[in-house]
Amino acid sequence: MIEVNNLHKSFGNLHVLRGITTRIEQGSVVAVIGPSGCGKSTFLRCLNLLEKPTQGEIWIGNTQMTHPQTDVMKVRQKLGMVFQHFHLFPHMTVLENLTYAPMKVKGIPKGQAVAKAEELLARVGLADKAGTYPSRLSGGQKQRVAIARSLAMEPEVMLFDEPTSALDPEMVREVLDVMKALAHTGMTMIVVTHEMGFAREVADRICFFDQGQIAEDAAPAEFFRQPKSERAKQFLEKML
Amino acid sequence: MDFFAPIADRIPFIIQGIPATLQFTVLSVLFGFIWGTLLALLKISAIRPLGLLADVYTSIFRGTPLIVQISLVYYASPGLTDMLGLRPIDALTAGVLVFSLNSGAYVSETIRGGILAVDKGQRDAAMSLGIPYGAMMIDIIAPQALKNILPALLNETINVLKDTAQVSVIGVLEVLRRADVVAKEKFVFFQPYLIAAFIYYVMIMTMTLIASTYERRLRRSD
Repeated sequence: MIEVNNLHKSFGNLHVLRGITTRIEQGSVVAVIGPSGCGKSTFLRCLNLLEKPTQGEIWIGNTQMTHPQTDVMKVRQKLGMVFQHFHLFPHMTVLENLTYAPMKVKGIPKGQAVAKAEELLARVGLADKAGTYPSRLSGGQKQRVAIARSLAMEPEVMLFDEPTSALDPEMVREVLDVMKALAHTGMTMIVVTHEMGFAREVADRICFFDQGQIAEDAAPAEFFRQPKSERAKQFLEKML
Repeated sequence: MDFFAPIADRIPFIIQGIPATLQFTVLSVLFGFIWGTLLALLKISAIRPLGLLADVYTSIFRGTPLIVQISLVYYASPGLTDMLGLRPIDALTAGVLVFSLNSGAYVSETIRGGILAVDKGQRDAAMSLGIPYGAMMIDIIAPQALKNILPALLNETINVLKDTAQVSVIGVLEVLRRADVVAKEKFVFFQPYLIAAFIYYVMIMTMTLIASTYERRLRRSD
């Protein structure tokens, strides 16, 4: 489903990703964890080319994202992305946030887009907020809307970039619950997170990043019981 | 009202300058805004030479007095149009042209700042949804940028309106020029210019009122 070969990314002299190679199967949920500055977010942003890789190949299905002739706009639609700071469109209502891209980008008729949006809002428990502007929502509600907005484009993969890091503690639960429900539908998910409980419980795989490389790639049970590397051990001691 | 008695019969003549003043303002602000948007897009574009060109343009128009620009275009351009075998530009066209070019330079900086001030995450979100650049700029970035720069744009419009008084030097019969005419006709100076000042003030207050109503509407999403 997703294949990454020897991915490198530098910002000037800063070599953030130093050769990432991995395969992610359809329907799997991968938790990407690691200390700050290890390249987790950059890795995620490279997958849908929000950052342009310096070197290496990314394949999404049969499309090579990194090929110069690839229609990036087109393939980006296959990858939904949820950000730490939500990035809802503040001048649009919740419903408009969900219907804008499907109508504009995919040309879906308004009635159909609205029906789909309402269904998604119900799924994330916000059916009553359709006409509200984002500024009137709590952080947890904003993030759930952001998840619904991405799902409205019917992506094949969902990327989550620290989706709960900007939330007040009491709102983390509601967002994780929505993500858990999404995982149960068989959605392929890559989640950069500091929520070890979520990683342990929901993910099929843990990728532990360290200094721009995947230092460990293991099943959660294995990783959390017995991390192989010294760095992972230290990291877990701090987190748990 | 004895004070205004000496020019009472000529007050309507001064008032009749309002359409000319407004016409100048509206056309200049409109073209200036379009031109300024274009310049702003050049300035933020990835193609550096284009941005540089826009920067040089801005520095020239901000670095010379408006009245010099008006004089150059109106009095000096006939030489050029002659050479090209064209008709000389009339005062209205010259005025609007200079005001638009000038206002575009100022507005482009405002617009550029407004666009850059929109949270970078909005771009990330739009791109991740596969929204093309043009649609993103028009539907996502522009409304947010516009809301932020509305007070600055109003300011610019007021400046343009006041600056239109300077086209009186090239003989356009707008409010100030008409006050001039009356003053020289009747040999009373205080009253006609006072009337002119009052007319400008009322026009600007009306504009401010309209703009603040519109701004409130834009802010309903806050």
